[in-house]
Amino acid sequence: MLDKADGQIFTANVRLVHAVGMHARPAVKLTKLAKKFEAQISVRVAGAADWINAKSVAKIMAMRAAHGSTIEIKASGSDAEAAVAALVDLIATDFPDEAS
Amino acid sequence: MGDTVGIVIVSHSRDIAKGTADMVRQMVGSEVKVAFCGGNPDGGLGTSVPSIIDAINDAWSAKGVAILVDLGGAETNSEMAVEMLEPVRRDLVVVCNAPIVEGAVMAATEAAGGSSLAQVRAVAEELSAD
Repeated sequence: MLDKADGQIFTANVRLVHAVGMHARPAVKLTKLAKKFEAQISVRVAGAADWINAKSVAKIMAMRAAHGSTIEIKASGSDAEAAVAALVDLIATDFPDEAS
Repeated sequence: MGDTVGIVIVSHSRDIAKGTADMVRQMVGSEVKVAFCGGNPDGGLGTSVPSIIDAINDAWSAKGVAILVDLGGAETNSEMAVEMLEPVRRDLVVVCNAPIVEGAVMAATEAAGGSSLAQVRAVAEELSAD
């Protein structure tokens, strides 16, 4: 725990616009994107008791976020700010297919 | 990102094995090597050790290979296939205790991030843990 940026936590809320909520394919995309960052990233459906590790595909699929729900994101670590921005963008743009 | 753990899908049915591999490729992408085998040489249901070895070779990665299986014989034949590999490769192949479709998608998702074989296996097996 020597990370110098450890102290700062970045957060954001974003509405889940995907037609059927957080089903398998969006969950895979969200997890793959989260894994590209060093930061610790957690998400939850707004108001839920527990935060979920955004890098765990099984837990993201199991969160069952419905269409129209608000997803809360928080991250800490060196690239936390970029991680939050990237995840917000992915969710807000309805999980587009990767350009690569 | 370098090498990623390869995924092998072994079902009694070639259609299930192929369909599962298709799901992995479409949902996770092409950065993870996925090989599959299923059915016996006559086109019926079954699994065969030589086909499993071929699939392991197709999906081979220096980071290792995770095998997802369906029922009984798929597991025992996969274990036998692993036993028949050269000793240096044997330790780089694991048979996951996980449902075949869900396990394959989750293992591949984890593998795509460059995770180790142990991490990939742990993610696939999370599904059977609770």
